[in-house]
Amino acid sequence: MTAEAAARAPSKARPQDTAEAAPWKRIGARVLIYAALLLWTFIALFPLYWTLSTSFKLGKDVTQGHLLPWIDFAPNWKGWQSLGLSPDTIFATSNVRDEFLKRFLNSVIASVGASALAVTIGSLAAYGLSRFDYKFGIWRNKDISFFFLSQLILPPVVLAMPFLILYKQLALLDTRIGLILIYTLMVLPIVIWVMRDQFDTIPTEIEQAALVDGCSIWGAFLRIVLPIALPGMVAAFILSIVLCWNEYFFASLLTGFDAQTLPVMVASQTGSQGINWWSMAALSTAAIAPLVLIGVFLERYIVMGLTAGSGR
Amino acid sequence: MLETAHEVLPEWRVSAGRRLFRLATLLLFAVAVLQLMDALGVTTIGFSNWRPLLYAFVLWGVALGGSQVLARGEPGQQTVFVLPALLFTVAMVIFPTFFGLYMAFTDWNLNAESGHHFNGLDNLATLWGDSYFWNALGNMTFYVLTVLVQYAIAFGLALLLNAEIRARKFFRVAFLLPFMLSPVAVSWMIGKSIMENRFGPAATFARFIGWENPAFFTSPWIAKTSIAIMDSWVWIPFIVIMLLAGLQALPNEVKEAAKVDGAGPWQSFWEITFPLMLPVSVTAVVLRIIFELKLADIVINVTAGGPGGATDTISSFVYREYRDRSNVGYATMVAEIYLVIIIVFVTLLLKMVNRFMQKMT
Repeated sequence: MTAEAAARAPSKARPQDTAEAAPWKRIGARVLIYAALLLWTFIALFPLYWTLSTSFKLGKDVTQGHLLPWIDFAPNWKGWQSLGLSPDTIFATSNVRDEFLKRFLNSVIASVGASALAVTIGSLAAYGLSRFDYKFGIWRNKDISFFFLSQLILPPVVLAMPFLILYKQLALLDTRIGLILIYTLMVLPIVIWVMRDQFDTIPTEIEQAALVDGCSIWGAFLRIVLPIALPGMVAAFILSIVLCWNEYFFASLLTGFDAQTLPVMVASQTGSQGINWWSMAALSTAAIAPLVLIGVFLERYIVMGLTAGSGR
Repeated sequence: MLETAHEVLPEWRVSAGRRLFRLATLLLFAVAVLQLMDALGVTTIGFSNWRPLLYAFVLWGVALGGSQVLARGEPGQQTVFVLPALLFTVAMVIFPTFFGLYMAFTDWNLNAESGHHFNGLDNLATLWGDSYFWNALGNMTFYVLTVLVQYAIAFGLALLLNAEIRARKFFRVAFLLPFMLSPVAVSWMIGKSIMENRFGPAATFARFIGWENPAFFTSPWIAKTSIAIMDSWVWIPFIVIMLLAGLQALPNEVKEAAKVDGAGPWQSFWEITFPLMLPVSVTAVVLRIIFELKLADIVINVTAGGPGGATDTISSFVYREYRDRSNVGYATMVAEIYLVIIIVFVTLLLKMVNRFMQKMT
């Protein structure tokens, strides 16, 4: 009896032990999880903080490694003055600001234009591939899809030189149209990928009913499917904007002066030695600000675009 | 797939459609021939550029779509959906690729007065003996292998984000932000200022932990690693987002079953989560490798391939060949060979992945 009780006791005691230890263990795990999260948040955000804060520093604040505004250095508008974007220079004429705004506008036009074109023709193609059976010679839907997606592996270097020569012949070198065309090519596979996934999730019954009622396939697409697929289109559009806005390789090869985009301007400044840190930081901050805003406010759509076709 | 009705088209529509297509093709050919003759000096119309041919091609594309609808009715309307993207991609890719093949076999230099000449396999021979090319290819292997490290870190971060935490939205946005930034801005923000040898915070930190004269871009392996770190900083969020979506799609019963079985977190990760996540993982890693093969911007802007080519990628090497020497013939040959290598590599990779996935399931 006692032996039995003694034998039972440890086995009873063990769950109790763990129940007592569990809160500590759980709290420990919590602390570890949050510590890891905060560490990576620091890694992800520190460069942003550094750039933003450096744009308000003077040379001595940089060389002495000051980090905290108002505490170990006095914020100064010098960096933004050199860009013509500080409060006291914003209404004065500034060549640097004019140049910056021109590059900014070029970036906006190139990325919005290319994204709009890619989403338009990409959505059409994706809808066609999702709904109809094609047969172009020996090419079936699978082959056409593969053809589009295979463009993803094409590295920009392969196209860059031929485009340089061809654009010269077509008088498209250093034009925004030229940039829009090549950016459209760059994001089209991604748009088709995202939109196909989107259309595949929309049941065909609604369109079928519309077709029976005498709607044409284009009518059914424009009036019924498009409104349902709108979130996917927004996601594809925003993802394209991000990719085009950041593009550097083609922009630096195919533009010289008129159509130069923001990344090329930033890069041309980094090349020159002895550039003022504060103006470089101000320029970088201004160049990345639109994307940071997109990231903060439209994160949902970016995630939606990136996760199309996976995890389902 | 949609079921669509069949209709009988009137004779006039069919013939009108065919006529439209023939007319447009004729026009395209006429413009092409005229431009070619003008370029060769046979006629003297004096085109200033080849744009007329571009416009003729666009017109031909529109006519092709119109004739499809006219002559084929409903199936034609279906074709028009995919036609713009198809014509656009073919025109933008196929033509430059073939033109690039031609360029690759010439001694084309933009600075040369004498123009360009066909030079057979000379470029290939140069490439075979070019130590910079082989070195860059070796570096690419290193960069591609770092994708696995990125994947491991990203998996950890995705698990953290998937845990029961507060302020998940904040952490998700914070983790995503690096992916939104342009590599050029990152080159300055991290490469040229944070990793600056004298005042950069990274250098200060390195001195603090005992590295006496920190220099991130002077010795080959450290430089390579520094580039890889910047590249990872930008791209890890991409993998995290894909893996997180995969984790959130896992059925809840699976996790509960693991808890009931009394499996520890480590065990349940390796025996349940990881195998279930394999398909998503493979997609993420393969996509990431494909993007990694294009790595260029950061290298061009931070080290320009240096020191002594230690950080070179094929793309940055080709970029310099053009920028510094205007040697487009040879540069194109390198790019085309690289394309062949990529196609072979990616095909093998996909084959391997497919076989591996079949074995697993």
